[in-house]
Amino acid sequence: MKISGGNYLELGYLDLLSSQDTPVHRLDPRAKVITVLIFTLAVISFDRYRVAALLPFVIFPLALIILGNLPLWYLLRRLAVVLPFILLVGIFNPLIDREALLQVGSVTISGGWLSFCSILLRSVLTVLTLLALVATTGFIGVCAALDMLGMPRVFSLQLLFMYRYLFVLADEGGRMARARELRSFGNRGGGIQSFVSLVGHLLLRTFDRAQKIYTAMLSRGFQGQFHLRRQIGFGYGEIVFIAGWSCLFILFRFVDIPAFVGGIITGAGR
Amino acid sequence: MSHHLVEVEDLCHVYQDGTSALNGVTFRIHHGESVAVVGANGAGKSTLLLHLNGYLLPRSGKVRVGDFPLTKATLREVRHAVGMIFQDPDDQLFMPTVYDDVAFGPFNLGLPAEEVEVRVMRALETVQISHLKDRPPYRLSGGEKRRAAIAAVLSMEPDILVMDEPSTGLDPLARRQLIALLKEFHHTKIIATHDLDMVLDLCERTIVLHGGKVMADGPTSEIFADDRLLATCRLEKPLSMQGCRTCSAK
Repeated sequence: MKISGGNYLELGYLDLLSSQDTPVHRLDPRAKVITVLIFTLAVISFDRYRVAALLPFVIFPLALIILGNLPLWYLLRRLAVVLPFILLVGIFNPLIDREALLQVGSVTISGGWLSFCSILLRSVLTVLTLLALVATTGFIGVCAALDMLGMPRVFSLQLLFMYRYLFVLADEGGRMARARELRSFGNRGGGIQSFVSLVGHLLLRTFDRAQKIYTAMLSRGFQGQFHLRRQIGFGYGEIVFIAGWSCLFILFRFVDIPAFVGGIITGAGR
Repeated sequence: MSHHLVEVEDLCHVYQDGTSALNGVTFRIHHGESVAVVGANGAGKSTLLLHLNGYLLPRSGKVRVGDFPLTKATLREVRHAVGMIFQDPDDQLFMPTVYDDVAFGPFNLGLPAEEVEVRVMRALETVQISHLKDRPPYRLSGGEKRRAAIAAVLSMEPDILVMDEPSTGLDPLARRQLIALLKEFHHTKIIATHDLDMVLDLCERTIVLHGGKVMADGPTSEIFADDRLLATCRLEKPLSMQGCRTCSAK
């Protein structure tokens, strides 16, 4: 078992991306969070056998990625991390739902495969958009936006603290794992037993640190009130961003664009 | 100016597991003094510091900070007067960005937003890291983290600065810069440390703790000249007072 330091560094990279200065980055975090929310609602509200109608939605994450100057390849790699979970959720559909729904040439496609593709596509769309959101807004910006939009303070603080100490914890865990590895000489280092004790120690250290952080907070006059800095920058740009994209999502949701375009092309021939 | 005074009288502390950390510590620190608290591991330094900002309340003995005896009722005033800089900056920098962290104290003091802004920028300029204000703390180097932690305390404009091992984990240049920075402060300073050379540079007075008691309290130069005292307290002369080994070997 190896706790790698690589993973969290990649998270740090996501943060680095969010410190760029592009039109998308400059938008108020709230505008982006609201738009992503509407996007997600539109995408997940489709009937479970719809696949083609989802395709136009890809324009939103792509627009964020291109305008926000984000490396597509990096985001796809991050996406690959969640892919196994998505596959696990959808994989049983083709086995259970065998009713034939579509005939392409001599191949019959069952409802199960259609809904599997639909799940896959929706997940890829929403996760990619979320990644683009964080990469253009920063995790802190997203938390601040949620907070300003009325998410209970307890949750936003929980998220912020988690994010802040994730790096410290990963460092600590990484150091302990390295120390263990260096003394286990290619063996498995006492196997599960020493691993359990390592994790236990990490937990105890976490308690210890929590105590210290609380002391630090107290010594600076903490009395249960938490102030987050608010950057208020809601202007025309934000309103146009939300309204424009939302209209497009609603259009995509109620008009099957690929079928419509297909209809025009084939219809013109008839 | 009695509000810069720190007075500890016959302070004892026993931890819940029965370890007795302080056995009757008494001293008095005046306005503007810079005092080092030195001693071996487990001598009681950390426990003493935890009393100075009211994290631990005296069970027996007294602590007095400025005009206030340290009790539950005066915690707010005491914590305002005493700025505590912790050993590990990661424990202290818990907010998402440097700016937010430095603003944390002033906001808790109930200051209006414009005043907070002024204080934060002033504190950041004092420690020369205003360019880092929007960075998350985990992206800073050790020296920068230390400066940010100091700014986070300065922004509350305390009268007394209490520091736990401020020079650990710093490279020689960062350490030297820190010493120069602390030298400029006119606060009353209490520094717990093993870095005796830094003590020589910064503190005119030294309190030696040993086994939870004050073994010596006096001018730094006299204390570091007392070889027997240092040996009993598991200490050593600062390197700069030891003479050059290379030269004396010849």
